[in-house]
Amino acid sequence: MTTGRDNARFTFGYRRCADQDAGQAVRHPVIVVGAGPVGLATAIDLGRRGVPVVLLDDADRIGEGSRGICYSKRCLEILDALGVGQAVAEMGVRWQVGRVYFGDREVYAFDLLPEPGHKMPAFVNLQQYYLEKLLVDRAEALGNIDLRWRNQVVGLERAADGATIDIETPDGPYQLVADWLIAADGARSAIRRLMGLDFIGETFRDQFLITDIRMAAELPAERRFWFEPPFHSGQSTLLHKQPDNVWRVDFQIGWDADPEAETKPDAVRARLDRMLKGQAYEIEWVSVYTFQCRRLERFVHDRVVFVGDAAHQVSPFGARGGNSGIEDAHNLGWKLAMVLNGTAPAVLIESYGSERQQAADDNIRHSTRSTDFLVPKSEGARHLRNAVLDLADAHDFARRMVNSGRLHSASAYASRLSAADSDDFAGAVRPGAPVLDAPLRDRAGQPLWLLDLLPDGFSLIHAGEEDRPDPPDGVTLITIGEELRDPGGHFTRRYDATPGACWLIRPDHYVAGCWRGFDRGVVEKALRRATGEGDG
Amino acid sequence: MAELRNESRFADPDAAYNALVDAHRGLDQQESAVLNARLVLLLANHIGDIEVLAQAIAAARQAGSRSGDGR
Repeated sequence: MTTGRDNARFTFGYRRCADQDAGQAVRHPVIVVGAGPVGLATAIDLGRRGVPVVLLDDADRIGEGSRGICYSKRCLEILDALGVGQAVAEMGVRWQVGRVYFGDREVYAFDLLPEPGHKMPAFVNLQQYYLEKLLVDRAEALGNIDLRWRNQVVGLERAADGATIDIETPDGPYQLVADWLIAADGARSAIRRLMGLDFIGETFRDQFLITDIRMAAELPAERRFWFEPPFHSGQSTLLHKQPDNVWRVDFQIGWDADPEAETKPDAVRARLDRMLKGQAYEIEWVSVYTFQCRRLERFVHDRVVFVGDAAHQVSPFGARGGNSGIEDAHNLGWKLAMVLNGTAPAVLIESYGSERQQAADDNIRHSTRSTDFLVPKSEGARHLRNAVLDLADAHDFARRMVNSGRLHSASAYASRLSAADSDDFAGAVRPGAPVLDAPLRDRAGQPLWLLDLLPDGFSLIHAGEEDRPDPPDGVTLITIGEELRDPGGHFTRRYDATPGACWLIRPDHYVAGCWRGFDRGVVEKALRRATGEGDG
Repeated sequence: MAELRNESRFADPDAAYNALVDAHRGLDQQESAVLNARLVLLLANHIGDIEVLAQAIAAARQAGSRSGDGR
């Protein structure tokens, strides 16, 4: 169903490795299956924490089609911690305006208005193959990630302390044993199939024709979404800009359309010609997709852990697939590293499941609502959808109901790892929520970003110079007062900071606990709780 | 929690009902459905209370089943 004029952007070679000649199954602490963005991010997060990783992929190339293109601020912040965020932000197209059309009228425009005082932009668009290439380079630079292309997992046997996998290569089969096996092998996960696990959720009875075209159009970098445009026989269409003058176009084509016929170049050209009216373009990539909103019931099965599309799938409207997969990686990385180096009990991994299953439910709920708006399931639903669009012009409440994809933001967790939400804090920075960035200045007046100051491990942010706390061992103290100043007041506002307040921050930049004053006993208890040791 | 009010609230209930009926004058089935959808949204937003909305939805669905005509 996919045709690529351009085919692979980057090709990697298969190399025979020593494990294939070992004569027995070699054991590794972590094997990640699938070198897409999520598998690569998982391997990098572990690798930079000193955990050696074997990363297997059944292909040897990336870049057949741009696929995922839209990265959220939170995702960019995680990629920054992994070492590629700056490059993605620079290469990507920044956008903040979205326009919604109904028929031939614009009914609504939104501005994501990235508030000032964040290192990363609200969203960037970048072809997935560029992200993957940056991640591959980063993984190889770490030196402890063993990336094995054309290594296809074909068999799996689980044990209490790990899993044995059968691998096919161009040189024939071999076996490996993993203490922890991470399934990052995508929507058609082989690991999931080998374990016989089913998804819970729904498949939507519709199809979208997705195409990337190259054109030198003088159009602004905006997300444009049409409901029932005149150029596309009453179905919806999305236009999004990527780097290199590449544009993403999605045409809703209905459940009964024949994917084979729809992806023929003449058929695609006919649709594009009606939309672009004389604008010259070249087709880069065409595919047809259906979508699902569903997840595995559990992401953690003893020593096998599912991340990304292997664990959960959503419709593409809202940029929730890739972004939530990268968040999975960041949630799992520090936990698995602590378990492997003996500083946390294995039960900590269960919290990966419970936290990311909640996030998947949030994403599925948002995504299902968007899909129900885009693809009304009944005549009544279609009347209501169109009524919202008809009213959107003149009525603010209806504009707020227009749902062409609510764009992704990170979920807060109701988590056993969080301390009680005992003290009164206004705003979003609360136990179980992700931290927010803020611009700071050092004593010399040099600008710094709060997120850049967060260490790989736990940290304690403390407001003010008075009564400087003595945090538990291994917790980095970040005092915002004189050494680090908050001249713009962003930190103070976002964190509802008062003198003496402190925040215990997890390695994945989530708040473990926050208090109006430092009490070492309380913080120690919260730290034990956040690392899976008792519920404090 | 707010409750859906079902005692009569219009000084002239016949006038209110007729205003709704008049709005459908000259409309075919499709056009009436479109009008009703817009009205529902405008009125739901005016109420602005998800609990009351849920009660109204439940009452509307229940009334249909009670009539026994299968709708």
